[in-house]
Order: sequence, then C-alpha cells, then structure tokens
Amino acid sequence: MPTAAEPTGMTSPAELAERYGLSKSSIRPPLSSYLRELWSRRQFVLSYATARTYAMYAGARLGSIWQVLTPLLNAGVYYLAFGVLLGTKNGIDNYVAFLLSGIFVFTFTQRCMTEGSRSLALNLSLIRTLHFPRATLPLAYVLNELNQMLVSLAILFVVVGFTDGPAWRWFLIVPAMVLQMMFNIGITLVFARIGTFVSDITQLLPFVTRTWLYASGIFFSLPSKLEQLNAPSWVVQVLAFNPISAYIDIVRRSLLQEHKQNELPHAWTIAIVWSFVMLAGGFWYFWRAEDRYGRG
Amino acid sequence: MAVADSMSSSTAEPTVIADRLDIIYKVIAGQGGKGTAATALRRILKRQDRPTIREVHAVKSVSFTANKGDAIGVIGRNGSGKSTLLRAIAGLLPPASGAVYTGGRPSLLGVNAAMMNDLTGDRNVVLGCLAMGMSPAEVQRRYDEIVEFSGIGDFIDLPMSTYSSGMAARLKFAIASAKTHDILLVDEALATGDAEFRVRSERKIKELRDQAGTVFLVSHSLEVVQETCNRAIWLDAGVLRLDGPVKEVVEAYIASTRAG
Repeated sequence: MPTAAEPTGMTSPAELAERYGLSKSSIRPPLSSYLRELWSRRQFVLSYATARTYAMYAGARLGSIWQVLTPLLNAGVYYLAFGVLLGTKNGIDNYVAFLLSGIFVFTFTQRCMTEGSRSLALNLSLIRTLHFPRATLPLAYVLNELNQMLVSLAILFVVVGFTDGPAWRWFLIVPAMVLQMMFNIGITLVFARIGTFVSDITQLLPFVTRTWLYASGIFFSLPSKLEQLNAPSWVVQVLAFNPISAYIDIVRRSLLQEHKQNELPHAWTIAIVWSFVMLAGGFWYFWRAEDRYGRG
Repeated sequence: MAVADSMSSSTAEPTVIADRLDIIYKVIAGQGGKGTAATALRRILKRQDRPTIREVHAVKSVSFTANKGDAIGVIGRNGSGKSTLLRAIAGLLPPASGAVYTGGRPSLLGVNAAMMNDLTGDRNVVLGCLAMGMSPAEVQRRYDEIVEFSGIGDFIDLPMSTYSSGMAARLKFAIASAKTHDILLVDEALATGDAEFRVRSERKIKELRDQAGTVFLVSHSLEVVQETCNRAIWLDAGVLRLDGPVKEVVEAYIASTRAG
C-alpha cells in the first residue's frame, strides 16, 4: 500500500524483500551461473594449488626433491614385491615401464580421491569466512596432484627413452592425460561432498582404493593373466570397464611398443565415456549441496 | 532522536530482512547412552538417532529489517544466540522456520582459527583476496594497504599457525574489509585486537557504513558497540528483547543486568 504512512509496517517482510530484490541468504545459485562464477575464480584455484605444493614440502629438508623421490620409492617397493619376489613379470618385455605407468596413473586418481575427500573439512574456517564457489577447493587439490603427475610422467619418459627410444606415439599421452584429468575432477568433487557430510569415509577410503589397485591390472597384464587362469573371455570384457584400467591402457599404448599383445578391448571408447560422465556427474553432484557446505 | 531515526529508515533501502526466524540445531551432548560399539550397532539396526543428540532452540521468532548504512550492534549474554543469528544471516545455518533475506552476499568475520594455517600471512592475503573475486592486478594494488592495516609487520612472512589469536583476527579483518561488502558480519573479531587496532577497525567500520554497506557487530564490549553502531538489537535467550537506537537499547540492557 503506497499511500500508507509507514510503508514498511504494512507490507509483509517477504513482499518487502522482493521489492528491493533481496533473496534468501542460504540459496543455491543455478548451475550455469555457478560454473561462470567458478571460472572467474580460476586465479584462486591456481594460486592455492601452488601455495599448497609449496607448503607441503616446505618443512622437509630435501624440499621439493620429494616430488621426484616419492613416486620413485613407491615404484621401487612395488618392483621389489611384484617384479622380483613374486615374479609377476611373465613375458612383459619392459616391465619397469609397464609397472611405473600403471602405478603413476593409479596414484594420480587415488590421491585425488583421498585428498579431495578432506578438501572442504580442512578449509572450514575459510569457507565460513568468505563467500566463493566451494568447488574451487577440490579443484585446487586436483591441480596439485596433476603437478605431481607431470613430474612422475617426466621420470617415466626418461625410463622409456633409455630402453625403447623416443617415438611419435608418445603424443598420445596428451589426450590420455586430458581424459584422466576430467575423470579425476569428477571423482574428486563426488568424494569432496561425501567426505564433508560422512566423515567416516576417510577411514574407509584406503580399503576401497587398495581393492581397486589390485583389480586394475597394474602389476600384471589383465588379458594374459586371465588366459593363464583359463577365465572365459567375457571376464576381460567386464574388467575392461574399470576406468583406471582404461586410462592405464591408453598410457601404455602411447609408451610401450610391445603393449599391442596385451591391449584391453575398447580402451579409448571406455576412457572417453567415463571422463565425460564423471566430469558432468561430479559437478552436478557437488553443486547440489553447495548451500550446505560449512554448516553445522 | 527516535523519530529522526525511523524517518531515515523508511526512506532507506533494506539490505537484510529477518522474518520470524527460528533456528534449531542438533548438538551431541556429553552423557546419555553407552558409547560402545555394541550399542552403536543396535542403534543403527533400530534406526534410532543417537540418544545423546539434543536439540537447541537458539533463535526464536526474530524479525527485523536492516537498512543500507546501518551498523547494528547485537548484544546479550553468553549463549543468547548472537553468533547463531549472525551465521544464519551469512547463510551458514538453515532456518528451521521463517527466513532471512539479504541483498548481496554477507561476509562473516569470526574469531575462529586462521584461514589457511600452514600458509604464510602474505599467501593468506593473496588467496583471501582472490577467493573474494579480486583480479591478480587488484590484489597487487591492495596488498600493501592490507598488510599495513593489519599491523602484522614482519610476521607476514611466517605461517599463520605461528600467529597469536589477536594477530590472526587482525589479518583476517584486514583481508575481509579490503573489499567493499554489502553486508559485513563481525563476530567479536575486534575484541582480540589491541587498543590501537580497535581504533583503526572502528574507523574502518564507519568507512564501510559510509560506502552504503550494512555492518552487524557482535560484541560484549558495550563501549565498542556504542562507539561504532547507530542501532542495536538485544537478544535474550534467543528472543529479540529490544531493537532501536543504540543508546536506548544499551541503557535498557544495562538496567536489566543490574536488576538481575
């Protein structure tokens, strides 16, 4: 009622809010504007990832040399266990490169999941202080792991360069990494949301990832292993749907000449489908709870 | 004075409207029920809530309208729902019923732990500004001003985990106030600073008000509230007791504490 002496007294608060364009304080923005806002914070994601990488090694005496040492030591342990002691090598020519590529690709996704599941909980006070799209935090963690992955890949190329010599095939690593990166962003966003509301997941995740590790054909070639065991051929077809197996396989295709005989069926198709589904699904799933992060 | 105030508020633009706001949250109470694995399993099987979870009705049917240029002090005893109210305005707590409407996005400054503890102060400045949506060039331009305002000095190169609570609060206030916020919520942040910083932050809050922002200030220091705010809200056990010009509300509050 515009003629009333005291307009604020006559209209309901909801009407008043609408007239002045106020919105409910705990509302989730639409997905399209959320993504746009996210893009405008890309500098934050980048700087935060850099700062975290720096802080991670700042306390260690050897500093960022650990970025090279960690994957090497990791690979060394697995080589000792599976290559030497258990003798899984069976007929794989360049077993070191075979093993390294598997471990590095797997570790990339595994670290994204476990670190990502804590990305919001560890930054609770930042979330409660400033307003920004929460997805920037898990994204920064993924970027962090990508940085580590690139160092690991450099090691891998040195190894393969020494044993097999360079090849044009190597450039396939670029689409392979793009696809895995897309998948990792998606799965990190999913676990970032789960990890925020179900903190038990941090206890559970190591078991999940360890099971996944042994099912992904990192230490042995899946097709030839199953042939040895006289498994029916559909088992290989089913196991090939494992996204990690697909990413490992396309990296091996790019690096190893002799991998042809051990190739998994339809690895590229499976890798591409997983990447797009996981990326889109991850963003959607994370955004659905955007207004609830930092509460409690 | 009261008449002049209500005149100005009828022409001003509202920025925060609380409409019969109720906030209930669940807390895990200390005792009740055994904490053993067997009892936990039985609860899961029977789909029961933990018996130790208790509901707290922290804010009860609070309504008010805040306008552009208002600095509102929120006063009341410990546990009267002041911080809860602020977090609801910031959108961090969902209302059980009723609603809070805000124009723009409120920023909440609390006394809780530092922002990114393992990173140095200067990293925190850069990251905080970027998170608020500043461009890298803008951050560079504002950087010196922020560090100077915080008064941290040489400590800016050290990780924030080494800061005292007062220093961390100062740096956070400096970062958050570098951007002009439509709505700034300050929860006791000024209490931890020293006298000199308090004067500076009071000036900063006045500046923010002049830039047509709205400031909410939770403080136990009635002196600070009276110096920085033009209006006050008195909460008592979650109920809004009085809302009006700061002098009147503070006087009534003091009278009630003396009487009680």
